[in-house]
Amino acid sequence: MRALRDLGQRVTARIWRLGYASRFFLAILMYSGTSLRRLHLTIREIYFTGVLSLIIILVSGLFVGMVLGLQGYDTLARYGSTEALGVLVSLSLVRELGPVVAALLFASRAGSAITAEIGMMKATEQLSAMEMMAVDPISRVVAPRFWGGVISMPLLAALFSAMGIFGGYLVGVQLIGVDEGSFWSQMQASVDFREDILNGVIKSFVFGIIVSWVAVFEGYDAEPTAEGVSGATTRTVVTSSLAILAADFILTAFMFTGT
Amino acid sequence: MSRTSLDLWVGFFVAVGLGALLFLALKVGNLASSSSGDTYAIQAKFDNIGGLKVRGAVKSAGVVVGRVTEIRFDPEAYLALVTIQVDARYKFPRDTFATINTSGLLGEQYIGFEVGGDTEMLKAGDTIKKTQSAVVLEKLISQFMFNKAAEDGGKK
Repeated sequence: MRALRDLGQRVTARIWRLGYASRFFLAILMYSGTSLRRLHLTIREIYFTGVLSLIIILVSGLFVGMVLGLQGYDTLARYGSTEALGVLVSLSLVRELGPVVAALLFASRAGSAITAEIGMMKATEQLSAMEMMAVDPISRVVAPRFWGGVISMPLLAALFSAMGIFGGYLVGVQLIGVDEGSFWSQMQASVDFREDILNGVIKSFVFGIIVSWVAVFEGYDAEPTAEGVSGATTRTVVTSSLAILAADFILTAFMFTGT
Repeated sequence: MSRTSLDLWVGFFVAVGLGALLFLALKVGNLASSSSGDTYAIQAKFDNIGGLKVRGAVKSAGVVVGRVTEIRFDPEAYLALVTIQVDARYKFPRDTFATINTSGLLGEQYIGFEVGGDTEMLKAGDTIKKTQSAVVLEKLISQFMFNKAAEDGGKK
């Protein structure tokens, strides 16, 4: 009986939190006018979330592309169609790995930082101080961080894909010796701008919204203690990673139905 | 509002990100050459289209001159009805021969135009009359086996 009550309480708590998070999301959208008018706030956040994530995104993109080149060559060589290496590398990066891996890295690099920052602001009562001065913390603190993340994410994902294709080119063409002409021409023949690249950009945009939303919400909702902030940071990474993968499945099911 | 070094970095970031997107669009996706310029639609009926897909290429002399936009089944003639958008820059004679070819041994299939000698040109909405179906490997093999068996039978 007690276990049943605990279960019910836990489920209700989750649903209550989800409802609160949705209301918070609407509040961000309503108050985001200020963050767009005072653009330097958002630009500052793009610097912290986007520019400082550049290194990790570029380096991991390069290595993911190089691994894809090696593994793809190994598999394709069995079927004697190593010229299709460019297609394999570019399609898997542009459609899946670029948006998803970039978003996962972004969640752990930038999302956790956002949560920790807002959580600490709450713990040290900076948010309450702002309210005392009639400054709304959602429009001054939360919305710029949210939009900074949403703007940075598609750019980072595009950089990841481009870097990965370059890595695949390095390994496939320069190291192994796949013909350069067929590497690029087969890639160009089978990657479609609207079907593949634009859908990838849409995906990364959705992931940007998810990561930023989870990060600012967990920070804003964190218990104002050192322990609470650390728990919220962990929850940001876990929740946003799971949400990214689940959303990826749903988006992929919609986008690539395989005509 | 004064300019800061922050703006420089953010500007750099946005420029590089957009550059990567441009790289994907032009170098990887080949947006430039798949121009959605003027096209006209013609149709062709095939007995068997094999593995031809929508968005498949239409080539003449190896050059892409159009795309397959629709594949339907004609329930009256029991044939496959393929709609092709041909680049308006290219005109083909009315007796053009449409074949379904395969690029490489396992590559994707495309429609090839072999140009005829008619003086009249194909117009939008026309149907290509002379077509050749996709080669089905199993049929080819069974035909070969059948001929071989018949040959051996004749010798005895």
